[in-house]
Amino acid sequence: MKEEQLLNIPGDYTDGIDRVDGRQKVTGAAKYSAEFNLPGMTYAVFATSNITKGSIKSIDTKAAEHAPGVLKVVTHLNAPKLPGYETGKDPSKPATGGGPLKLFVDNSIKFNGQPIAMVVADSFERATFAASLIKAEYTKEAHNTDTAKSLDKAATPKGPRFSDYKRGNPDDWKTAPVNLEAEYILPTEVHNPMELSAIVANWTAADKVEVYDKTQGVKSTQNAIAQAFKLPPENVHVTTKFVGGAFGNALRTWPHEIAAVMAAQLVKRPVKLVLTREQQFNSVGYRPYTWQKVSIGATADGKLTGIIHEARAQTSTFEEFTEGTVNMTRFMYACPSVGTIYKVIPVDVNTPTWMRGPGEATGSFALESAIDELAAKLNMDPIELRVINHADTDPENGKPFSSKNVKEAYQMGADKIGWKNRKNKPGSVQEGGWLVGYGMGSGVFGAGRGRATVRATMQSNSTLLIQTSVTDIGVGTGTAMTQIASEVFDNYPIKKIVFELGDSSLPPSPTQGGSMITSTVGGAVHDACTALKQKFQQVIGNGGTDKPDYAKVLKEKNLPQLDVEITSSGSSEMRNYSAYSHSVHFVQVKVHPKTGVVKVSKVVSVADSGHIVSPKTARSQIVGGAIGGIGMALMEEGVIDHRYGRYVNADLAGYHVPVHADIPQIDTLFVNKPDFKVNPMGAKGMGEIAIIGMAAAVANAIYNATGKRLRELPITPDKVMMA
Amino acid sequence: MKQFQYIRPATQQSVLEAIAKPGTQIIAGGSNLVDLMKHGVMSPDKLVDINKLPLRGITPAKSGLHIGALALNSQVAEDKQVKEKFPLLSMALNAGASAQLRNMATVGGNMMQRTRCPYFYDTSMPCNKRIPNSGCGALEGFNRMHAIFGASDKCIAVYPSDMSVALAALDATVLIAGRKGQRRLPFTDFHRLPGNTPEIDNNLAKDQLILAVEIPDNNYAKHSYYLKVRDRASYAFALVSVAAALDIDNGTIRGARLAMGGVAHKPWRLTEAEKSLVGKPANMASFEQAAQIAMQGAKAYKDNAFKLQLGPATITEALQHAAGLV
Repeated sequence: MKEEQLLNIPGDYTDGIDRVDGRQKVTGAAKYSAEFNLPGMTYAVFATSNITKGSIKSIDTKAAEHAPGVLKVVTHLNAPKLPGYETGKDPSKPATGGGPLKLFVDNSIKFNGQPIAMVVADSFERATFAASLIKAEYTKEAHNTDTAKSLDKAATPKGPRFSDYKRGNPDDWKTAPVNLEAEYILPTEVHNPMELSAIVANWTAADKVEVYDKTQGVKSTQNAIAQAFKLPPENVHVTTKFVGGAFGNALRTWPHEIAAVMAAQLVKRPVKLVLTREQQFNSVGYRPYTWQKVSIGATADGKLTGIIHEARAQTSTFEEFTEGTVNMTRFMYACPSVGTIYKVIPVDVNTPTWMRGPGEATGSFALESAIDELAAKLNMDPIELRVINHADTDPENGKPFSSKNVKEAYQMGADKIGWKNRKNKPGSVQEGGWLVGYGMGSGVFGAGRGRATVRATMQSNSTLLIQTSVTDIGVGTGTAMTQIASEVFDNYPIKKIVFELGDSSLPPSPTQGGSMITSTVGGAVHDACTALKQKFQQVIGNGGTDKPDYAKVLKEKNLPQLDVEITSSGSSEMRNYSAYSHSVHFVQVKVHPKTGVVKVSKVVSVADSGHIVSPKTARSQIVGGAIGGIGMALMEEGVIDHRYGRYVNADLAGYHVPVHADIPQIDTLFVNKPDFKVNPMGAKGMGEIAIIGMAAAVANAIYNATGKRLRELPITPDKVMMA
Repeated sequence: MKQFQYIRPATQQSVLEAIAKPGTQIIAGGSNLVDLMKHGVMSPDKLVDINKLPLRGITPAKSGLHIGALALNSQVAEDKQVKEKFPLLSMALNAGASAQLRNMATVGGNMMQRTRCPYFYDTSMPCNKRIPNSGCGALEGFNRMHAIFGASDKCIAVYPSDMSVALAALDATVLIAGRKGQRRLPFTDFHRLPGNTPEIDNNLAKDQLILAVEIPDNNYAKHSYYLKVRDRASYAFALVSVAAALDIDNGTIRGARLAMGGVAHKPWRLTEAEKSLVGKPANMASFEQAAQIAMQGAKAYKDNAFKLQLGPATITEALQHAAGLV
């Protein structure tokens, strides 16, 4: 196959620039946090608890201390008291209440797999071996890790954001001509990015530390470490040049990061700490187990009359983790009466955290499945039901949407996947011994713009240097920002633009997450580049051209370089609008009638997220989200044996994510209509909407293929077969 | 992992001498053993690497095929003679693991691989296979993947190989070397049921070495199929798998071979079901009857009752494929 044919895969986006760091990534030149090696490096490894709740009665570290190469063994008995052992401001802090786990401060055990000791040795292997020699005696207490059996222990979290919501008379669903009530379950899901959480810490002076850390926000990590060790923030230097996927698990500063910095201080040498895959399950969060109930009613012609959406989700006993699971139900459809209830259930596990599409990915599985169930009861096409109930303005607050092109997205996706071939009667299409079905589901996520500072410098060699502290967690931020800078600078050559990121000493940008970066940092890049252009015009004075030779101007004016540093954020006008990105996912599945095996045979994902800044990386975002959604629908589940409180599948053989053979051609479509109310590029985020709604689309397609409604994820072959 | 010694003897004699000593462990591809060592499940003092031995060949044998113990899984799966004479084995191999693992894993190593029961892997959990008489974590624990045939109250683990399911169906023989000479063992007698000694996976003595497997010629090449039902399309162990091979003459079954994977502590050969197929027409009614016979004596646990239904479904589906009806 010729190269151009390869590129012209249907649905592929061939416009736009290549990923600016693509070559580094595929050749291994990209350096991830665990790959930084400093002279005199030492290695920290945790020994972890194998009880779930109680306290350490005694801990024997002698054998470990005498093992070859060991420099230090840290436990609660000898750990230094950190002057300010707490994590930084939001998002490092928990969402609502409680406090993060502090390692080695006392003998209490709060969950299975909690670190009880840290060995520092001159090699990773020696540290690992020595950690295996540590023996602890415990006083065990009865534990509970079973969220499913603790639904009655759910309580409403503190804070107004999570109080019960009510508009109209939500109970109207009960008296509606067509109604239903259904429960949906999403298991614990673990982010499991390829890159393990890793940190290299090195004290360069008594009050100065540098770290190479896997984090989604270098500034937030800088603040958290500065607070824990009571240092001026500028004395903590955080570098994160590449992130090998995070999906939310590096949004906050976790105990292992503080522990590594502590270890480096103790041994007075650089320390590298890389969590094992198994430790990842207990150390850096997960998507919480969530039970949901949707009660929904409509008139005979499909007008929604009332919805109640209730969710109860797992959290730890020491922190109240919360997310907006039920919030989308308030504004997704034009329904006069809506109630939402959100509660959390503390169990003896580590704290959950945001995972791609946080809240909405869970909530949309319930809501978008319920809408499909209602459509089936109404004997109506599920797209038609959604169009009938399209919200033209935000029903939660009455504001207009900054832009919303969902109807167009429905049409684009339906055309592409061949929705007309779908039969509304389930189980009516067979092909080569497999049942064939189509399903769809939609997603939504807030599309705001935050504050970021960007420095733009035109250097004497005509390199345009753009600098800000933002990380690129693999989504293509560097590429998108380069594209924006190029566009502002009248298609300035991509090769002459350098986007420097992932360093806490650069001008501050927010943590990468919540689909905010293209809008927020992109907006600031746009504004900084615009300001730099203007500065050039001033320098040039009268007679300047639109496209000056910047290097020549600098030379003539005897300037080494010209730079600006701009802080910008969204306009106050935005308060008058509701701004969301939308997605609509379509799938075709084939289900084996006897074995229950599900093959996803076609995927079309449509994003309505404003102007598409970087088509290639945008396509990758959507493809990745679609694959994540397929995994969520069919495979992902962290399984705990509740008798022991321990995971029984804490590795990539036991915790299934899709492999290539599970994934068909994924067509990505973009409505691509700019929304200039949000930012000057007209772009909105798309990281979350790529996954939100996908699991429901798959479940709805399975229903269409088989007539079986699966309400508990993941939908494995046994569940399909036994339903 | 703890420190260990590593040797790579050049002759069979020196391997046999080395493995006779306590604390030694053979390593070939290492795709399972290295994992087990990292987890602290196995902690040999000395690894005896046998990759220098000339056991990699796939050669015609007297009325059959001789496959060396060090032949790679990928090599066997793609071998012309294997594909021509025993496509069932090729299919089974390609259904196992991932391409990367198949490039490392050997035939002998595949036979010696240990259960993937999570309680066996986690040294903080009880497991009679890992530590005799410590209890079975799976019996009342997470046992979705576990046995429905031949289990004991000491162990309900399953043996995870796909390759071995095909070899059991194909009447293979194992060639074994010991210090007192060679012996041959029917493949179906190689692996054991757990009984009261789940710590013993198979009948290979500590001081013995697998040299090869041999498969006798048969008439099944035209009508054979390996069906593996699993949670994802690759790199997942079988919920249930079935190796089905039929010798069909003019619509009538002259001979049949059937074995299941993912259901027992060994590849589960279904001889009674095979017998029931002989002389019957190659149709769904015959297959359903065979499946019913095959499932006799099956016993489910808390999480794996679905296998009682998935088992016969997979058998009939595999037979239909083998017969060319799908």
